[in-house]
Amino acid sequence: MSTDTPVRPETSRADQPMTHPVLPRWAPGLVAVVSLAASTLAGLTLGWGPFAIGLVAVILFAVAWPSWTRVVESGRAATDNLVTTLVWSAFGLAMIPLVTLAYAVISKGSGVISAQFFTYSMRNVIGEGGGIYHAIIGTLIITAWAAVISIPVGIMAAIYLVEYGENGRLARALTFLVDVMTGIPSIVAGLFAYSLFRLIFGPGVRMGIGGSIALSILMIPIVVRAAEEMLKLVPDELREAAYALGVPKWRTVTKVVLPTALAGIVTGVMLAIARVAGETAPLLIIAGDTDSVNFNAFSERMATLPVFIFYSYTQPGVPPQYGQDRAWGAALVLISIVMILNLVARWISTFFSPKSGR
Amino acid sequence: MAKSIDVSDLDIYYGDFKAVEGVSMTITARSVTALIGPSGCGKSTFLRSLNRMHEVIPGARVEGKIVMDGQNMYDPDVDPVQVRRSVGMVFQRPNPFPTMTIYDNVLAGNRLNAKRMSKSESDAIVERSLTGANLWGEVKDRLNKPGSSLSGGQQQRLCIARAIAVEPQVLLMDEPCSALDPISTSAIEDLIHDLKAEYTIVIVTHNMQQAARVSEDTGFFNLAGAGQPGRLVEMNQTKKIFSNPDEPATEAYISGRFG
Repeated sequence: MSTDTPVRPETSRADQPMTHPVLPRWAPGLVAVVSLAASTLAGLTLGWGPFAIGLVAVILFAVAWPSWTRVVESGRAATDNLVTTLVWSAFGLAMIPLVTLAYAVISKGSGVISAQFFTYSMRNVIGEGGGIYHAIIGTLIITAWAAVISIPVGIMAAIYLVEYGENGRLARALTFLVDVMTGIPSIVAGLFAYSLFRLIFGPGVRMGIGGSIALSILMIPIVVRAAEEMLKLVPDELREAAYALGVPKWRTVTKVVLPTALAGIVTGVMLAIARVAGETAPLLIIAGDTDSVNFNAFSERMATLPVFIFYSYTQPGVPPQYGQDRAWGAALVLISIVMILNLVARWISTFFSPKSGR
Repeated sequence: MAKSIDVSDLDIYYGDFKAVEGVSMTITARSVTALIGPSGCGKSTFLRSLNRMHEVIPGARVEGKIVMDGQNMYDPDVDPVQVRRSVGMVFQRPNPFPTMTIYDNVLAGNRLNAKRMSKSESDAIVERSLTGANLWGEVKDRLNKPGSSLSGGQQQRLCIARAIAVEPQVLLMDEPCSALDPISTSAIEDLIHDLKAEYTIVIVTHNMQQAARVSEDTGFFNLAGAGQPGRLVEMNQTKKIFSNPDEPATEAYISGRFG
């Protein structure tokens, strides 16, 4: 009596045990210690550097632990352990530049931080002393003007794309242009702003607002993208609910859609600001550098933190030590400003997001 | 304030696709009209055409006439926003505005249209609408909580309160109970029963017992086959539709022998 059913393996479902041997909890720790010891031993004998020793230890661990698991537990558990090891290694690798960068900036920059550093400009300072007050003011003013230009343009473009464009020809062209803008090198944005202002004010022009325009060229596509994604997340049901109440479309957009998406839009805008606050190349060209405080974005040169760092490091003066110290200090301040902006963005997004609490 | 609606020879298109063909019916004022039929037969599309909501979808258009109060809603000089102010709508899934409190949700129709109101006036509207939607007792102590903090059935009643706060002539309901449990469903059905004293109500439902319970008139929609437009097969008094329908197709659908 032959049937066409394929031959089943010996162990049918009913025979598969639900329990299996498990490695003790300390197994991965033991493997890690053994791998590290073996790698260190080999490294010391063959004269490797610490990086090579660490690398070999990770490779040994990635081979040994899954193999042991395969022997004792099962193939699936071994694959799980292997991938877990790879993911954690990748995470560790990604952390190396971040941690070393933070360490370098904090260790070299924190020494110069003082009240004077925040309240003095570099006017008439040679050698020790001086501060970055003028550069902080410049960065804040130029970034603020860039935000004033980019946020309305970016958000309105996003509103057009999501609410009115209906994927028509203009909307598709706009999306394409925004994509192109995302790829503009920052130096080109600076050259654009410089040539624009040169046409109006003549050669050799330096102005803070020019820097803002260059930065806004870099910022607008980020704002458009972020706002567009957030507006798309607003459910159509809310728009329909508003229409069904006899609310015109523009009021639906301003009173229902925008408030619902506000948290995400604000976060995206803050991240865009943080992104452009550290731009150097365009400001080098159009905003220039100065040792004095300048509150007026519409006349004369304006120092900014990135440009200050660049010049303090490339032309530190004699002796070079003080200029370089100030460069590291300014770098620490710039990174802190960007980090504070990110934290503010997070706080704002929790503050503005629709409450669901009972 | 309730008004009747006369529909004659209505065709509804999505782009080139004809979704609904040749519908003519009279919707009586101060009564409940139920629309039943299988999925995809165009009853929701028809319902949305009654307050020009289907126009929200790009490419949707209508041929034929829908006359309310002697005025064809589809005349070129009619503003769809005005139509929607007099024909309110409740959707399948409760959709209170997540950024607003319960109080603001009820007033949304007035506030979003920038109508100026005194505090006492708006308080009165909120209490009247929530009482009308049978929700006042449950939420009167937490009007400042977000609308999304309510349960599904309460949210749906909040949406009904929001719809009746602007005092429409007609209330359209698109499967208002399909996402609700039996107790909330029964609360909404009681509410429909109360509301028909003042409003003309059109309700789309998949639940034939519900149609039989709440409505005076019933329209049965069907489509001849996949890709064919939906048609109104029979429109009759609910009693007649569920006991002795004129059309064999209606009887087949209602008795479960769908064919």
